[in-house]
Parts: sequence; C-alpha cells; structure tokens
Amino acid sequence: MDIELMISSFPKLLNATLITLKLLSLSLILGLFIGLGFAILRMNNNKLINKFAYGYSYIFRGTPLLVQIFIIYFGLGQIEYLRTTFLWVVLKEPYWCAIIAFSLNTGAYTSEILRSAFQTIKPGYLEAGRSLGIPSKIIFTKIQIPIAIKQSLPAYGNEIILMLKGTSLASTVTLMDLTGVAKYIISTTFKPVEVFIVAGGIYLFMTFIIHNVIKYLEKKYGFQT
Amino acid sequence: MELLYFGDKGWGDELFFATLMTIAVSITAMIIGFIFAALFTPLKLSNNKFLNSIGNAYTTVIRGVPELLVIYLFFFGGSGAIMFVASIFGYNDYIEINAFLTGSFSIGIISGAYSTEVFRGALQSIDKGQYEAAKVLGFNKYIYFFKIILPQMLRLAIPNLSNVWQITLKDTSLISVTGLVEIMRQSYIAAGSTRDPLFFYSFAAVLYLILTFLSMQLLNRLETKYSKGY
Repeated sequence: MDIELMISSFPKLLNATLITLKLLSLSLILGLFIGLGFAILRMNNNKLINKFAYGYSYIFRGTPLLVQIFIIYFGLGQIEYLRTTFLWVVLKEPYWCAIIAFSLNTGAYTSEILRSAFQTIKPGYLEAGRSLGIPSKIIFTKIQIPIAIKQSLPAYGNEIILMLKGTSLASTVTLMDLTGVAKYIISTTFKPVEVFIVAGGIYLFMTFIIHNVIKYLEKKYGFQT
Repeated sequence: MELLYFGDKGWGDELFFATLMTIAVSITAMIIGFIFAALFTPLKLSNNKFLNSIGNAYTTVIRGVPELLVIYLFFFGGSGAIMFVASIFGYNDYIEINAFLTGSFSIGIISGAYSTEVFRGALQSIDKGQYEAAKVLGFNKYIYFFKIILPQMLRLAIPNLSNVWQITLKDTSLISVTGLVEIMRQSYIAAGSTRDPLFFYSFAAVLYLILTFLSMQLLNRLETKYSKGY
C-alpha cells in the first residue's frame, strides 16, 4: 500500500471533483426542466404528443449513456450544416457536449419520476381546487407541482446519485473529471488500488451527503397521506 | 446502407458478432452477479454485526462508486494481482488476462450488488408465517429453502431482476474502454475507419434498443409464468 501516493493524489482528485460537481449540478438543473416539460407532454390527451414524449424517454432510458455522449460529441460534428450555425460554438466543446448528453438523459428519467408523481395525486385535491374556483393554471402551479415534487423526492434522490455516477463518463470525451484524473494517475503509476480507494472515497462521501440531504428534505417536506 | 453489408465491403458481420459479444458478456456478468448475490445476501440478513457490515459495505461501495472506476480498478489491477500471485510461485513474466473475463467480472461485481439488494428485499417481504409453517411441519433444510422460500422469493424478485438485467446490459458498453470488441468498441472502430461516427453510433443505439426491447418481452413472459398462482 503506497500511502504517499494516496496523500499526494488527494489534492489533484479533489480539484477534479469540482468539475464533476459542475457537470452534475448543471445537468441536473437543465434535466429538471426537460423532465418537467416531457412529463407535462406525457399527460397530454393528444395521442401524437403523448407518443412523442414516451418515445423520448424510451430511447434515452433504453440506450447506454456512453452511446448518447458519443453520438453528440463525435456524431453531430459530422453534419456540415451544424458547423456553420452558432450551435457549433457549443458542440465543439466536450464540456457542453457532456452536459447536453447528461441533461437529456437525466431529463428522460426525471420525466418518468414526475409523471408517476403527477398521476398519484389524489383527484380530491384537484376537485377541491376546482370547486373553490381556482383557475386551472394556478391549480397546476400551486397544487399539482408542489405535491408532485414532494412525492417524487425519494426517487429523485436515487436519480441524483445515478447521475453523479454517470458524470464519470465525461472522462471518455477527454474531460478531466474525478474519474478522468483517477484514470490518468492509475495509468501513470500503475497503482490502481490506492487511487481507487481515494477516488472511490470521494464519490462515496458525495453519495453520503446527497443521501442525507434528500432524507432531511423528505422529513421536512414529508407528505403524510 | 452499404456500410452494413456483410463481408469485406461493410460492417454488418462485425457488428453482428459484436452484438453477440455484448449478449455473452451481459449473461456472464449476470451469472457472476448471482454468485456474488448468493454470497452476500445471507451476510446482509445475518444477525451477526460483523458479517452484516461486510454485506453492507459491499452494496454501499459498489452502488456509490461509478461503474467506470470499478472497471479501471480491475482492468489495471487484475493482471497486477495475478502476476503478484504468480511471482510467489516463481513466475515473473507479464501475464495478460483475457479482456472478456476482466470485463464480465467487473460488470458482474456491479450487477451482484444490485441483485443482492433485490434478493434481500424479496426475502424480507415473504410472510413470516411461511418460515414458521415450514419449520413447524418439520421439513428438512433442503425442502424448506428450495421448495418453499425460493419459489416465493423468485416471484417477488423477477420484476426487479429484469431492471438489474437492463442496467447490466447498458453497463457492458463501458467495458469498451478495456478494448473488448462489443457493440460500442466495434462502432468506435467502424466510425474511425469510415469517418462516419454519426451513423455507427446511432446504429449502436438502435442495437441496444432492440436488445432491451427483446429482453423485456422475454422477462415479462417469465414474470407472468412465476406469478401464475396469484
């Protein structure tokens, strides 16, 4: 066991953790909006819109995240037309490609979580709102959304942890996130166990924090039915 | 479309065999995962605090650390560990272990952690009366486990196990980083030599979608078969 290597690699890995956290937070925020949008589309009565939203979540949940990143990073650059538009500014950066892929992926999972949360809201709440003469827009924003958020907290906590692990794939498109730096140190020192312990420890610490924050939120906003 | 021709002209046959490789790795990993689950589920349910914490450490660490990191650990560490053992016996040359074995072993450990949780949950949700009734009737241990507990557990576990299968199938794409030629690696090679990454990666996505769709159909059938009595 090479303790010295573990100590010397710790600051490097901690530095890389910042990129991991940036990727995670940005893609979660974007993914939440995408997920909310598609969850609303899923509850639409129009069959075509409904099928479109279902297809989106089916495709993104049925294929590996790695394929999605590769299509966006390597694949989209191939389209000549895209290179001439302003989108190219975004798409030539691996950082933004990773964020687009992660947001679309977590958006698909989030839309499923939110949809099931919306569907389990007791009809009584909506009826109560309607009978009080509250306009349907306000029923949606002030009654349905808060209840759905509370009900989807446990599942969304799992999704955050899955996404944290998913950000490790950013290292495959040349980004030096926590896993990327860990791989670099392993391949230069050939001491995989030591680096795994340090990098894995940082990941576990983050999972632990996320888990407890969600637990706290669940208790605070917990919904007794 | 001629990119998909079989034979020398296209990549059809290569991609076909790569798909078979993905299926083979997934099934091997799933079986290795079941072996790990069989070892660790009793630990997680044990009353002994020490054994219990070993079981918990396994599932927590593996489910909290990215799959890619676990794969790197075994990819870089696997041959080192074997060479260390070999050097004790006086063999000092470089030993390279098979990419298929490293890949399915590392994915197997990951899927084992998920399977352990599934089996634990299923065993815990079997009615206590079933255990007591079996004991009272004086069945021996073999009948007790294989004829009474296991069939009931499988009914509860299969829906969740099909989720584990989906996760495992998608995780196999990650072992392309070790150089094993499965769907992802083959698409990478094909994309590199034809300079057509958009087509090949999209085709890889389609292949994965077909695999998940077909396996879901099969697993749903299994699910109805095992829940016949209910």
